Amino acid sequence: MGIRTRIRAWPAYRQATGADPLGRGRAAMSPRSAALRARTSAADRVVKSVCPYCAVGCGQQIYVRDERVTQIEGDPDSPVSRGRLCPKGSATLQLTTGDSRRHQVLYRRPYASDWEPLDLDTAMDMIAERVVATRRETWEWEREGRRVARTLGIASLGGATLDNEENYLIKKLLTGLGVVQVENQARVCHSSTVAGLGTSFGRGGATTFMQDLQHADCIVIEGSNFAEAHPVGFQWVMEAKARGARIIHVDPRFTRTSALSDLHVPIRAGSDIAFLGGIINHVLTEEKDFREYVLAYTNAATLVGEDFRDTEDLDGVFSGFDAEQGAYDPESWQYEGAEVQAPAGDVEQLHDERLRNARATGDPAGHAETHGSGGPQADAQAPGDPTLSHPRCVYQILKRHYARYTPELVERVCGVPKETFRQVCDALTENSGRERTSAFVYAVGWTQHTVGSQYIRAASVLQLLLGNIGRPGGGIQALRGHASIQGSSDIPTLFNLLPGYLPMPHAHTHEDLDAFVTASRTDKGFWGDMRAYFVSLLKSYYGDAATPENDFCFDHLPRLTGSHSTYDTVLAQLNGECKGYFLMGENPAVGSANTRLQRLGMAALDWLVVRDFSLIESATWWRDGPEIETGELRTGDIGTEVFFLPAAAHTEKSGSFTNTNRWLQWHHAAVEPRGDARSDLWFMYHLGRRVKALLASSDDPMDRMVQDLTWDYPVEGALEEPVAEAVLAEINGHGPDGAPLAAYTELKDDGSTRCGCWIYCGVYADGVNQAARRTPHTEQDWVAARWAWAWPANRRILYNRASAAPDGAPWSERKAYVWWNGDDGRWTGHDVPDFVPDRPPGHVPPEDATGPDALRGDDAFIMQADGKGWLYAPAGLLDGPLPTHYEPQDSPFPNLLHPAWRRSPTRRLYPTDGNRYHPSGDEPGADVFPYVLTTYRLTEHFTAGGMSRWTPYLAELQPELFCEVGPGLAAERGLEHAGWATIVTARNAIEARVLVTDRLKPLTVHGRTVHQIGLPFHWGPNGTVTGDAANELVAIALDPNSHIQEDKALTADIRPGRRPRGPDLPRLVAGYRRRAGITDRTGMERPV
Amino acid sequence: MTRTGGKGGKGRGKGEELMVPRAEFRSYYGRPVIKAPAWAARDIAGYFFLGGLAGAGSVLAAGAHLTGRTTTARAMKVSSLAAISLSTAALINDLGRPGRFPYMLRVLKPTSPMSVGSWLLSAYGPAAGAAALCAVTGRVPRAGAAATAAAALLGPAVATYTAVLAADTAVPAWHGAHRELPYLFAASATAAAAGMALVVAPARESGPARCAAALATLADLGATKATERRLGMVAETYREGKAGRLLRCARGLIGAGAATAALAGGKSRPAAVAGGLALLAGSACTRLGVFAAGIASAEDPVYTVVPQREAKARREAAEAGEAKGAAGA
Amino acid sequence: MTGRLLSGPEPDPAGDAGHLDAPPRVGFFTDTTVCIGCKACEVACKEWNAIPEDGLSLTGMSYDNTEGLGASTWRHVAFIEQPSTAPSAPPAPSAPSGSPGPGPGSVPVPDGRTELPLTDQRAATAPAAGGEGGDLRWLMSSDVCKHCTHAACLDVCPTGSLFRTEFGTVVVQEDICNGCGYCVPACPYGVIEQRSSDGRAFKCTLCYDRLGAGQEPACAKACPTESIQFGPLDELRERAALRVDQLHAAGVEDARLYGDDPADGVGGDGAFFLLLDEPEVYGLPPDPQVTTRDLPAMWRHAGAAALSLAGAFAASYALPALTRRGRGRR
Ligand SMILES: Nc1nc2c(c(=O)[nH]1)N[C@H]1C(S)=C(S)[C@@H](COP(=O)(O)OP(=O)(O)OC[C@H]3O[C@@H](n4cnc5c(=O)[nH]c(N)nc54)[C@H](O)[C@@H]3O)O[C@H]1N2
Ligand SMILES: Nc1nc2c(c(=O)[nH]1)N[C@H]1C(S)=C(S)[C@@H](COP(=O)(O)OP(=O)(O)OC[C@H]3O[C@@H](n4cnc5c(=O)[nH]c(N)nc54)[C@H](O)[C@@H]3O)O[C@H]1N2
Ligand code: SF4
Ligand code: SF4
Ligand code: SF4
Ligand code: SF4
Ligand code: SF4
Ligand SMILES: [Mo]
Repeated sequence: MGIRTRIRAWPAYRQATGADPLGRGRAAMSPRSAALRARTSAADRVVKSVCPYCAVGCGQQIYVRDERVTQIEGDPDSPVSRGRLCPKGSATLQLTTGDSRRHQVLYRRPYASDWEPLDLDTAMDMIAERVVATRRETWEWEREGRRVARTLGIASLGGATLDNEENYLIKKLLTGLGVVQVENQARVCHSSTVAGLGTSFGRGGATTFMQDLQHADCIVIEGSNFAEAHPVGFQWVMEAKARGARIIHVDPRFTRTSALSDLHVPIRAGSDIAFLGGIINHVLTEEKDFREYVLAYTNAATLVGEDFRDTEDLDGVFSGFDAEQGAYDPESWQYEGAEVQAPAGDVEQLHDERLRNARATGDPAGHAETHGSGGPQADAQAPGDPTLSHPRCVYQILKRHYARYTPELVERVCGVPKETFRQVCDALTENSGRERTSAFVYAVGWTQHTVGSQYIRAASVLQLLLGNIGRPGGGIQALRGHASIQGSSDIPTLFNLLPGYLPMPHAHTHEDLDAFVTASRTDKGFWGDMRAYFVSLLKSYYGDAATPENDFCFDHLPRLTGSHSTYDTVLAQLNGECKGYFLMGENPAVGSANTRLQRLGMAALDWLVVRDFSLIESATWWRDGPEIETGELRTGDIGTEVFFLPAAAHTEKSGSFTNTNRWLQWHHAAVEPRGDARSDLWFMYHLGRRVKALLASSDDPMDRMVQDLTWDYPVEGALEEPVAEAVLAEINGHGPDGAPLAAYTELKDDGSTRCGCWIYCGVYADGVNQAARRTPHTEQDWVAARWAWAWPANRRILYNRASAAPDGAPWSERKAYVWWNGDDGRWTGHDVPDFVPDRPPGHVPPEDATGPDALRGDDAFIMQADGKGWLYAPAGLLDGPLPTHYEPQDSPFPNLLHPAWRRSPTRRLYPTDGNRYHPSGDEPGADVFPYVLTTYRLTEHFTAGGMSRWTPYLAELQPELFCEVGPGLAAERGLEHAGWATIVTARNAIEARVLVTDRLKPLTVHGRTVHQIGLPFHWGPNGTVTGDAANELVAIALDPNSHIQEDKALTADIRPGRRPRGPDLPRLVAGYRRRAGITDRTGMERPV
Repeated sequence: MTRTGGKGGKGRGKGEELMVPRAEFRSYYGRPVIKAPAWAARDIAGYFFLGGLAGAGSVLAAGAHLTGRTTTARAMKVSSLAAISLSTAALINDLGRPGRFPYMLRVLKPTSPMSVGSWLLSAYGPAAGAAALCAVTGRVPRAGAAATAAAALLGPAVATYTAVLAADTAVPAWHGAHRELPYLFAASATAAAAGMALVVAPARESGPARCAAALATLADLGATKATERRLGMVAETYREGKAGRLLRCARGLIGAGAATAALAGGKSRPAAVAGGLALLAGSACTRLGVFAAGIASAEDPVYTVVPQREAKARREAAEAGEAKGAAGA
Repeated sequence: MTGRLLSGPEPDPAGDAGHLDAPPRVGFFTDTTVCIGCKACEVACKEWNAIPEDGLSLTGMSYDNTEGLGASTWRHVAFIEQPSTAPSAPPAPSAPSGSPGPGPGSVPVPDGRTELPLTDQRAATAPAAGGEGGDLRWLMSSDVCKHCTHAACLDVCPTGSLFRTEFGTVVVQEDICNGCGYCVPACPYGVIEQRSSDGRAFKCTLCYDRLGAGQEPACAKACPTESIQFGPLDELRERAALRVDQLHAAGVEDARLYGDDPADGVGGDGAFFLLLDEPEVYGLPPDPQVTTRDLPAMWRHAGAAALSLAGAFAASYALPALTRRGRGRR
């Protein structure tokens, strides 16, 4: 640089000679500033993707330069998110490219004290050998004389964070191997949603989609902390609010959602059925129901059989209760005229008939969830009384059932003052009807209870009465959890389901395909064609080996005997039955109820495979878990062999996530994974390949099913990554000519079509990946039908036939959505009609019609056996046809409504050591745990923390576990703000920092003050920020329908100061158990 | 939660001294509204003190030069050079990126006292250096005289611009006193230079220094009083805590130094030296005290919030009055 | 030096800083009434600017563990739990009916703004039912550098590291800053801070690099509820005024703008706010002033002080001489 240029470049010179004499702008600009370029504009390419955290499914754009991801931000084209991302979505760059990710396979030898590195190929070979050996060792052909053809020696957990294609391969391979204990987060998260919504409406998914919330006139958010857990989705609530909607938040705590709502209603955790029942009662007694809707689209008029007895008649139980079994025989719940089988004689002889009902009502192995897309069986032709006055019509039964749910009762049970309650009732009824609609939004504040499914049923009943289902601005928005938790329910890595909510077969003698189908299908509606869906699935699993002669390899499927849920698996591990465990994106040592038992279960395994981004607690408990600290376990005594395999991130693999509104959104791989990191698709495919190779030459009959399993997927690239689109194509299915199918209505039951998941049929229509469609929202209407693909059949609002009056015209101009176009003889509107496209509104089918042909022109619920939305569920749920208030398993109160039945009579309990329950209400010792405790999440963290506690930008925002208590409780227990507290249950004790806040209000329940403790559950001992896991406190007590744990309402004690260390900790907890007089009978008021 | 009321927590023994009744104030968890400077007190208060010593010293040196007090002149020139060098070193030491010190001359910003000061120093420094060099070597006396004159001309600015540097911040104790602070700094600089002269000069030459010391003492007292009056409640920061202790020390030392010098400095060398050292120490304490007061006023939100609310209320009242007047007319 | 260059209304800060043909001045309007306190703004900013993690301890300040703006926090969300007499929450803003209509030049257009028409005008203007929202309010507000019209930080910066960009924003140039630390106490909002590692000062750049590429700032883009609105300042001021009117009409009397007034002590903020309580409750100064306003006075006083200093010495030399002369005469 010459001296002149140097002088010219001297800002002081520029100052003197230019337009910036004060040297505050142009003249002072530095070379770097002048050359500054946004790295987004310097990217080599921008790849379209989807946020890997929650189920809102926000669009992401991934900027890549030199084969490195340089930036990740919101995709403005997405109709769901409009370019926005919450803190988690915004931290995705750090999540995927940060230092905390592992890129090397680690191996822990049995009894070893440390990890050692291991070559990936060797690890894969070793794992394949373990699988084959354990399977052989633990294989069982029969149990109690019935064919099971399975192994209980192997289990897997995880899938909600994975792609649909990955879940598909996991379920397919493991089922092919005879493994039944396949589970994922859907169990612990929203399984009761599937049971509750499915039974009510015929499908187990949210009935609407996020953007539609903007059209609501009133939104009740209850059991969900919308703004914190689904922040970007919450923009649609704000849109509604901007349009004048009334926003109500019913939650034990005043949260960030409450802060933005018009009304916050503090409620006692675990009392929502009383609250919702109160609203139902209000609607019924004041006749505020949308009568035309109710008459046309619900089963209000249907008569119920004479044998039915209500909880109001039987002191808290419905008819058919078997106290010995703690279970119902649901036959008396059926509609009038339904065949009733006398439960006499040899059980097996009556198998076929009994099966029918047992299946229909859901048996202990979680059949309720099979209504995820197809309602339970019921009489399609039951008589009804359109005047709604017959004492046995559903409407009158409902009225009697809820008559005692008065405002006074609500006040006494829920702690909600009558005036506040009235405001909620008024807001809802004023904003429902022809011209207006109200939406309900819930999430796991409702699902995770021993009566979780019934919480959701209660909302379903209410929304049906108000005429809000199937209509714009209405519906029930189930906010699901992980990026693809909906997908991992649809293509389930769940023990009781096959893809598309087809049931897993149970062990019965003489069970064949026909018996199985007969027992599962309905006579009317699209679930009537279930055989076609099932056979097409078997064809896609077993290919040419599946023939009509061999029942399409029906017997290759392993059989269930009771429950094999993740919690049952833990017991199976503890008792030595389960020996090998895959954790593929789940962290039960933090996230599942009773984490101590989870770890003890793992300590009893022979081998454990953990696939994750970093060394989560479930991978390292053998060296640094809490039991090592307390001395309950010694590393040197633990024989579990542990493999840690680093997982590829969503930026490093292609695949589809299904968001909370059933939208399948494709994310494209942006870069290749580094080091040993591999996609779960790669892992499953190559594991399957190895296992199949090991068994290829076997002539053992138990290996035949593995040999028959089709397993040829194209691979690409140096890493031999399976082509995800090829898996999607198999999921979509194809016809005899190999051409992709366009709709599930094309499926055949003769083996000529193949389809890996019938409800996803159409996602690969015309050989085009419909999930990858990305027409910007600015170029289409608000329904955005050309963005991604929604099941079923790209419908965005389910049951949208109900958005039109029975005659096919919109209920009102304001709420027009789908209507009958007489000129074309077709249904039309803003969305894909959820109906037979050309069936006229007034159509009455012939008597003998079955399946879809049997649907009337006003049967808006096309998956239901009677075409109606179910106010009353004659079948489908194990714990009753109508939601009834019961107290949580651990509660400070007796049951005001049904003193004889404090807790749900059919809840599932696990009375094992380490899983003790509390005395409740007036039982002696209940005062040892005097406070209600609820657990929840924070905006800044994600679930068990694997994706946030290791991510510094998130971790720093909420760096320590805290509990929230009101000033009253703080004073009562001497807790100091920002100090420490120890929280104790019969299971364990943890410590947390204290936030004393008015946001937690004491409530007056049963006439006395009760304090609630709030506790987020994101922490564990590993990661950038650490803390005790809330789930140390939580017992395993489950909803009978879906086996979801009750972690939202328990009781606890709280005391100032940190918890004891070492052996003093279990001593403290044992002391509490002693003081409360807890035995193995406590909290078990009925036999198990 | 938000803090309401007065300075909760801290003891306030001298409530009666408050000139303004303590107003209700709320803050965000008691957190400061503005950020206190991250400057090291030793470096920056030192920089202020040494700059003052150098600048005022140059004036004193020029006087001595003119009046033939050669010993004093030479010593003070050396002192100024040393002081300004140390002062610059202190400044550089406080930079996060000392290597980028030359960037100080990248621009000339009249809005930045530090920029102005940098240019000033870059003129003054060489002049002071040349003056000292000529004086010590005895060479090129004319140039030496010119340099001495230049340094003396720039010296007062060097001694006082640092007051503007401090006052041109949001620090309540500094900005609130932006009118008075230059005088305080000038007085303090005068005291320092006088003190230095007393230490280095023979007794027979120390008359002006003693006189300057006396003037400085008066000015210091006057400026301090004026500052405190102006600052209202913020003046607490000059009276309490570390700043209060330092400033009381400073006044004591300067007063004692000036008195000692005035009474005995003309006759007794040790007394002169003692008086001089007291003056130097006193001057240093003033700078450290003002610095500490600034920090204290920045760290407690009450000093930001209350005066601002009052100013706003006064302005709004005035506007309302104006409006009323306008309406009346 | 005209007045508007140092304080008071200044219509064209970029132009007066030597940017000829500058695009319209841009800034932020942060509507705290729709903030859900999600901190996406904090994280998006950190990701974009690769700012280091900033401390891992629980503060006990409600859900605020960031504490304040600083060298490693350029967005900070404040959380204030209050007893309330007002409705528990104000109504959300109406979806703006017109399009933002960006001005000339390279002002980036924000992505995904609400464009849907109001479906129900009647309801939208209905006042929020008052008094029933419970007795609690949880204020959340995302704070950021104000990009002052008269920026004290910039004014005092001796190196020209801080400069005004063509967008009218105030940016630190990390290749220039020498860590003198002067800007830190100068800022009347306590925004800018030195990083302890090398003493250099950092703060929000209003995503200068992104603006140059026609992209909106990372924080505004991420914000799920449009609490942070980015755009040409004039337009934002208009929108903000409408919003306040709407809130007042709905009975939210607490609603007020902060930093929007071009006649205020800093000539108006480039990033201004809609608040529901006094500024100090959010940690903001109630009446910030750019001290440069007083700089002429300060220089005058400094000059006078300098002269007095010189005068004092002159006197000190003169006095002994006079007394000696007097004594000599005697
Ligand atoms: N930031 C963030 N977002 C997430 C997640 C996360 O971890 N962090 N996780 C994702 C996942 S997996 C899921 S499933 C969803 C869950 O989303 P949410 O269900 O919204 O999450 P939670 O915070 O667990 O619970 C919601 C609320 O239920 C309240 N609650 C507790 N008990 C009861 C009760 O008995 N009745 C009522 N009415 N309310 C009750 C709690 O106080 C809490 O505010 O969020 C997803 N999104
Ligand atoms: N007390 C209490 N307990 C709860 C809840 C509650 O509200 N209260 N909520 C429950 C709910 S709703 C849920 S969903 C569960 C969640 O509990 P978990 O599912 O156990 O928690 P996560 O931390 O989400 O675990 C998912 C793991 O998957 C990893 N992962 C992410 N992407 C991939 C991938 O592509 N491949 C692989 N292999 N791994 C990946 C992540 O790093 C993370 O460690 O917690 C439940 N537990
Ligand atoms: S975590 Fe959920 S809300 Fe947040 S950006 Fe991701 S998908 Fe959207
Ligand atoms: S807020 Fe402070 S840092 Fe930001 S421009 Fe204004 S003076 Fe500078
Ligand atoms: S610290 Fe840097 S930015 Fe701040 S005033 Fe000094 S040079 Fe300028
Ligand atoms: S404008 Fe850019 S630099 Fe400023 S706070 Fe927002 S993201 Fe950070
Ligand atoms: S300003 Fe926006 S991004 Fe920031 S916390 Fe508020 S809502 Fe979230
Ligand atoms: Mo979940």
